[in-house]
Amino acid sequence: METFVQQILNGLVLGSMYALIALGYTMVYGVLNLINFAHGDVLMIGAMVGLTIIKLLNAAFPGLPGGVQLAIAIIGAMPVAMLVNVAIERIAYRRLRNAPRLAPLITAIGVSILLRTFAMMIWGRSPLPFPQLLSSEPIMIGGAVISHTQVLLLVLAAVAMGALVFLVEKTKMGRAMRAVAENPRVAGLMGVDSNRVIVSTFAIGAALAAVAGVMWGANYASIQFAMGTVPGMKAFSAAVLGGIGNIYGAMIGGIVLGIIESLGAGYIGDLTGGFLGSNYQDIFAFIVLILVLTVRPSGIMGERVADRA
Amino acid sequence: MSTALLNISGVNKRFGGLQALTDVRIQIEKGQVVGLIGPNGAGKTTFFNVITGLYQPDTGTFELDGKPYSPSAPHTVAKAGIARTFQNIRLFGEMSALENVMVGRHVRTHQGVFGAIFRHGAARREEAAIRARAQELLDFVGIGQFAHRAARTLSYGDQRRLEIARALATDPKLLALDEPAAGMNATEKLALRELLLKIRDAGITILLIEHDVKLMMGLCDRISVLEYGKLIAEGLPAEIQKNQAVIEAYLGGAH
Amino acid sequence: MALLTFDTTHKPRQSYASMAVLLAAMIAFPFIASQFGNSWVRILDMALLYIMLALGLNIVVGFAGLLDLGYIAFFAVGAYLTGLLSSPQFAALLESVVNYSPALGDALVKLFGEQIHTDGIHLSVWFIVPLAGLVAALFGALLGAPTLKLRGDYLAIVTLGFGEIIRIFMNNLNDPINFTNGPQGINLIDPIRIFGVSLAGEAGSKATVHIGGLSMPSVNAYYFLFLLLCIVTIFMTGRLQHSRLGRAWVAIREDEIAAKAMGINTRNVKLLAFSMGASFGGVAGAMFAAFQGFVSPESFSLTESIAVLAMVVLGGIGHIPGVVMGGVLLAALPEVLRHVVEPAQQALFGKVVIEAEVLRQLLYGLAMVVIMLYRPAGLWPSPNKEDRPAAALAKEEAEEDAEESRA
Repeated sequence: METFVQQILNGLVLGSMYALIALGYTMVYGVLNLINFAHGDVLMIGAMVGLTIIKLLNAAFPGLPGGVQLAIAIIGAMPVAMLVNVAIERIAYRRLRNAPRLAPLITAIGVSILLRTFAMMIWGRSPLPFPQLLSSEPIMIGGAVISHTQVLLLVLAAVAMGALVFLVEKTKMGRAMRAVAENPRVAGLMGVDSNRVIVSTFAIGAALAAVAGVMWGANYASIQFAMGTVPGMKAFSAAVLGGIGNIYGAMIGGIVLGIIESLGAGYIGDLTGGFLGSNYQDIFAFIVLILVLTVRPSGIMGERVADRA
Repeated sequence: MSTALLNISGVNKRFGGLQALTDVRIQIEKGQVVGLIGPNGAGKTTFFNVITGLYQPDTGTFELDGKPYSPSAPHTVAKAGIARTFQNIRLFGEMSALENVMVGRHVRTHQGVFGAIFRHGAARREEAAIRARAQELLDFVGIGQFAHRAARTLSYGDQRRLEIARALATDPKLLALDEPAAGMNATEKLALRELLLKIRDAGITILLIEHDVKLMMGLCDRISVLEYGKLIAEGLPAEIQKNQAVIEAYLGGAH
Repeated sequence: MALLTFDTTHKPRQSYASMAVLLAAMIAFPFIASQFGNSWVRILDMALLYIMLALGLNIVVGFAGLLDLGYIAFFAVGAYLTGLLSSPQFAALLESVVNYSPALGDALVKLFGEQIHTDGIHLSVWFIVPLAGLVAALFGALLGAPTLKLRGDYLAIVTLGFGEIIRIFMNNLNDPINFTNGPQGINLIDPIRIFGVSLAGEAGSKATVHIGGLSMPSVNAYYFLFLLLCIVTIFMTGRLQHSRLGRAWVAIREDEIAAKAMGINTRNVKLLAFSMGASFGGVAGAMFAAFQGFVSPESFSLTESIAVLAMVVLGGIGHIPGVVMGGVLLAALPEVLRHVVEPAQQALFGKVVIEAEVLRQLLYGLAMVVIMLYRPAGLWPSPNKEDRPAAALAKEEAEEDAEESRA
């Protein structure tokens, strides 16, 4: 039975990953009103490519410090993930921009399956071990334990989110994104090329997912072709929790969901008199999603989009 | 109590910062054709939506045929006896014209899963009755020959007629029409006028929103005028035409 | 497709003739296929179950327009219910109940008899099937209820969540009370017994079934049972489609607000869609459990929900013959390919480059993407334009307009 502080810390780590993934969902939803069902699999692609890079580095330059390997893996995984996501938008979603919303969702599901199948073909079906690249010395914080990898994850997540906030608030592209999210037609009249904005949105979301994917692998020491589905759905729940379409909502929602899940898994045994155990951890995200959509569809930040068509 | 078919008073509706309706009331006698006019944005469709259960009012009393009714949900309103059409025609586009009207019979019929699967005597009879009545109504509004055409392939004017036929299929006491003449030319409007009089003569009370003042003057028994969510005038068409407040509302007046 | 038509409203004679031809072919099939071993018939047995699932999902997705991504949950409910009530599993359940609360354990023994300690409960198929249908229908309403006010894509995700929740429960509901036996699943489920004849064949007969003089392999016996059930499902869903309720479903799909204004209680009608759809899933699940003899959580994952959806989408959303075809293609084709493609690859390349499972997934993924992009109405859409959902028609119209302007 881990301490409360430990649970919170675990929750923060988990939540940071969810936040990074949730941002991708929320940004795409903001500009296109579309749930990019395949986003979780982009995370997986990032992880797989990252691992491949690490293996290549090890073969070509043995003795390279773990931190450097990890950095190169992340930097290398990002463009691949971005390319994949942008290609998906171009091939699968663009034609269906004006179709009723179920059509792109079904297509997205199909794309998700294809991504996983290609990953299965390239990297095989079995789980692949992800090497321990950073020091395995645990760091003690107030009675709780955190690993170097997890600290790096928190730092990276914070940096990435900060960079995104800067982009959205202070740059021309960011303003364009906000304009398209609010009203694509008027934005077009103001001279904003909405296609470019949409492509950028997909690219940025994928980059964040790639970071999350590589760090996921580093944290859990194992990756697999199907690893993206469940975290993807949970991150989507986080995005809805925070207020879908709202970037700050995705960040807040991610962290909150991570903490809920962590605490929930820790205390569910006590709460249900031993009937349910921590192996039910995965249901928390879905329960949160259902509750949010039933009780307060606009989420924490109050974006009014999730109910009536 | 009054002999009014529809007796509604004290309706207030607020959307966030906007007071859309302020103390609006209306009283309609059985067999009348009553018009609701007003400049754009006056709240006419909002009032319609409140009466028919699409929006929930903040306050208001609602009485149909002497009995209170609760506008809490559109389907209960339809059951109580108010049927409506929509400003921007809401047909079931992929269904045939006949099927659209058959859906209108849903509220007055009751066969369910058992009847659907087993098609026993009562179910078959009900289905035949639904089909017959639907065809009858299509004929009544003048588009009987299009019974098996997909609704979205009909011309604009015919689609409006279809929507009216569908509403009539619910056997309403009150037929509420939201801008039924929108987009029609003069000939079509005349035909619509004939149809509405035919409906009135069949015993159905009509409430309609319209912008075509000439049409309204020649058709309605009484007219209510809304502006900025408030009722500014109510009375005979001739009175309304001469009402100063109404003229100012439409022409701008001295604001 | 021009010769075969099932359009009973516009071409009754031709369609009934087509059905007769198809039925004859279906009945003859196992006798011919048996010459080549059991595998072909077994493939079709599973395909028939999938067709039932696709038809059930078609009610929810096709008629009512509610995108349910967790449909396999109802399949699971039917299967696990059968597993619990027609296998030794109840004995294990009883043991865990006794550990947890002896009083409750005694009550159960009094209710069902002493032998459940050792044997478990073994209800007959006549009991199980309606029960599975009913319980699944109940779950359908339960899982559908929270989704009633949600917009299309959110409804999809929430139903997906429910599907996952059910799977997680099936995987973990073995402690403290052992309902599902966890990841190992439930074994030794009774085969179907009809009028004393077990469809798995009597012990020692090498899975041969003897019915009134005829002998056939067990898979063939199941084939005819599943074929019958499929036909019943097609019949029932067809009747539902062309009824007051079916029209109400389509009305909701086309324009929910107008449907409400016409007096349709959309909440109840949607719940009915979920329930009816689920009940077919439950019955199929019961059949699956009895046929396979065991159930485990792996058979009821998101992948399976999506597979069934792919069948509906590929075939022709809302159009029953199309959905059947989609079911056949996506259920049988991968298996057929496995028998053909893997040996072919062995011969050509010396190894299997693309496994059957991979092929199956590729087919599903491509089906959904390609169909939505190029033929959203499916491969075999309804000839009555009235029955097709708006998306498909909008696309066709755009294409027709484009052609006309080019001409």
